[in-house]
Amino acid sequence: MTAALRFDQIRLPPECEALRHEVREFLREEIAAGTFDPDEPQREDSDIPEFSRRVGERGWIGMTWPKRYGGHERTFLERYVVTEEMRVANAPTRRFFVADRQSGPVLLKYANERIKMDILPRICRGEVCFAIGMSEPNSGSDLFAAKTKATKTDGGWLINGTKVWTTSAHIADYMLGIFRTSPPTADNRRHGLTQFLVDMKTPGIKVNPIAQISGLKEFNEVVFEDAFVPDDHALGEIDGAWKQATSELAYERSGPERFLETYYVLTELVRALGNNPDTRGAEGIGRLVAQLHTMRRMSVSVAGMLQAGKEPVVEASIVKDIGTIWEQQLPHRVRDLAAFVDSDTANHHTLEEQLAFATKIAPKLTIQGGTTEVLRGIIARGLGLR
Amino acid sequence: MKRFRASMRIRQRPAMSSSLVIASAFPHHARNKNDIRILHSGISNTEAGGVVAESENIVAETAECIFADLADAQTINRDKSNHWKTPLWSALDDAGLPLSWVPEACGGAGVSLAEGFSVVQSAGKFAVAVPLVETMLAGWLLSQAEIPSPSGKMTVAPVRPQDRISIDANKTLTGRVRGVSYGADAEHIAVVAVSTNGSVIALVDASACHIDAGENLGHDASNSVTFNNVKPLTIKPAPSGFTPRSLMLMGATLRSLQIAGALEALLDISVRYSNERVAFEKKISKFQAVQHNLAKLAGEVAAAVTAAGSAADTIANSSSFDDAVFFEAASAKIRCAEAAEKGTAIAHQVHGAIGFSMEHILHRYTLRALAWRDDFGHESYWATELGRFVAARGADELWPLVASR
Ligand SMILES: Cc1cc2nc3c(=O)[nH]c(=O)nc-3n(C[C@H](O)[C@H](O)[C@H](O)COP(=O)(O)OP(=O)(O)OC[C@H]3O[C@@H](n4cnc5c(N)ncnc54)[C@H](O)[C@@H]3O)c2cc1C
Repeated sequence: MTAALRFDQIRLPPECEALRHEVREFLREEIAAGTFDPDEPQREDSDIPEFSRRVGERGWIGMTWPKRYGGHERTFLERYVVTEEMRVANAPTRRFFVADRQSGPVLLKYANERIKMDILPRICRGEVCFAIGMSEPNSGSDLFAAKTKATKTDGGWLINGTKVWTTSAHIADYMLGIFRTSPPTADNRRHGLTQFLVDMKTPGIKVNPIAQISGLKEFNEVVFEDAFVPDDHALGEIDGAWKQATSELAYERSGPERFLETYYVLTELVRALGNNPDTRGAEGIGRLVAQLHTMRRMSVSVAGMLQAGKEPVVEASIVKDIGTIWEQQLPHRVRDLAAFVDSDTANHHTLEEQLAFATKIAPKLTIQGGTTEVLRGIIARGLGLR
Repeated sequence: MKRFRASMRIRQRPAMSSSLVIASAFPHHARNKNDIRILHSGISNTEAGGVVAESENIVAETAECIFADLADAQTINRDKSNHWKTPLWSALDDAGLPLSWVPEACGGAGVSLAEGFSVVQSAGKFAVAVPLVETMLAGWLLSQAEIPSPSGKMTVAPVRPQDRISIDANKTLTGRVRGVSYGADAEHIAVVAVSTNGSVIALVDASACHIDAGENLGHDASNSVTFNNVKPLTIKPAPSGFTPRSLMLMGATLRSLQIAGALEALLDISVRYSNERVAFEKKISKFQAVQHNLAKLAGEVAAAVTAAGSAADTIANSSSFDDAVFFEAASAKIRCAEAAEKGTAIAHQVHGAIGFSMEHILHRYTLRALAWRDDFGHESYWATELGRFVAARGADELWPLVASR
């Protein structure tokens, strides 16, 4: 077939079930202890260092990485279960999640041994927060328009310029950023970018919070003024970061976090409609559950293919495309279906609050991590159209 | 379960293109690609859509070879006389495919459920317009009560969850059921009927019923069948736990697989067309709007294939039609029907007017994908059932339910 899409039928193996119960039990204890409130996705700052450390102690960060770097050599499918349980419980994973998902794997691949031995075990202990420095004021979807410069100096590089929309930069210990080390060439505009590991405590870095329409301040502007980065913090090929950046993005797509960000409104809808909904309510729930189940099966399938060493790039993009549109539409569908719910119903308050919050964050879901349009470009390439 | 015996059942057909080379002896478990290559060596990849090499299932291989050879959409679409139906059916019949799921002891091929499901998806991929899937399902239904299957075309009833066939004390059947696929073509109808003591499964001579003319969106026969004190040829109690709903769940899964298969074909046909058609001095595949439409189509295909495959996989590994099967089959029918709606619209959009012409093959797939939504429960029916099921368990059980699959 021209368009050979593969979605292998993959089920989570039994060891994942045991793990799932451990994670649920752990989360129940954390909730009971008041660490976080599962009904409150709208925390101003979901970074709770002690929680991250306890997740690390359980061995649930860096699960698939080699043991000598603090990892646990477990499977992508086991990691999948932990991610989805954390997400559904609205657990505060901000501190470790980006490092776990993408920064750690990049270091594993490109950093020197000393850096790996230094940073990876700390990530696994839940002590390290990473930010991703790709976007700039004039470079978002078009990553190769990045201008923030790294200029060669004695023993390292001096960085100057501005990154923007940098999630967690205000609490991050490190940034993995791409910076311009030489101009693009006439025949390759992707040339000239290099990926660096930047210690956020480096003098010359200023982080300015940017308020979001949701009311939160999760992302930032990061300004660099002669910030020094040592030579061995340049990762991979000098001037060849585009390959690394695009493969890094593959880690960002297809995971359960790509369709579960507004999941809580569905739970609250079911609660609000009660045990015996009318036909309209029942049909609405049924469709949403069928869609969710299907996406999750697609997502598990991609995780299984990753585990098997395959490269399901197109399939992962499809999951993110469908998943983010679903999680974006979900609050609107729930609003429709809850229109006749008596506002005195016990949980109506929760539903209304959560709906308001989910509606406010919905617009970003199809932008972060690559826009719908960009993803469809990747899928189209996979279909042989470009 | 006994395996499909390709070597015994497939004969080389003289009328067929000489490309189909069938080895005289197949191992029963021809699971590695070397064995399969013998089967389709020489088959043109364009005809078979190139999909043949992907599969590792000897039964589906056999089916695809036959479809590619005798159910080529282009040829069929030009043949207004329906002459193609006879050789196609006899080839399928010779290969033992219509009775795939009937145990060997009852005269069938004794193929596993999983292998048969691949045949069904492939039948969707070729928009096969003979009652292959219906006969497979009828044979499967009869074998649930250990009723031997007759040869020839069969179908099943009821097809809609609202329809009922009841059985009275004289063991005669009464009821009017609608939308029976190929009811007018079938020689026999396999029926699940309800009595006061539970469900029965019966084999009925189609000529004993009153069958109204009718067709579905895809121009395949779809008939109302009236059972007016009809005496079945054979009647037996259904196994415990087997009800008309079990047939609905199995049927819904088959239609989901067919829709998924048709969507796979639609993606293939649409991508190919977009790379051929030139407008504004460019291939239309170079326009971003067209690319995005095709990317969306790919997403719908992926969703349908995953949902239907998941339901089929669940049935293949279950011993009863329990809640897990219900959850999966209902979800598959809902999601595949949605995919059919969105996907067929895109396929037509990409093709412009040519795809709307009867002359073009596109409608063979799009109209059937849309028609299959109506059989074995409209998606709204299943959505309502699924929603009630979820609601009754309560909000806190929703995630554990989804995560359990
Ligand atoms: C909540 C949130 C968190 C984020 N966190 C980070 C982070 O931690 N680190 C980081 O580096 N970035 C982050 N981003 C930035 C994100 O990666 C970019 O917003 C995204 O890549 C889009 O870039 P842009 O905002 O510049 O939009 P633009 O690129 O200007 O796009 C605007 C519109 O034009 C469309 N468009 C652009 N190019 C094309 C094209 N070729 N074809 C078709 N349409 C096109 C886009 O799809 C979009 O609809 C975050 C964004 C959000 C919303």
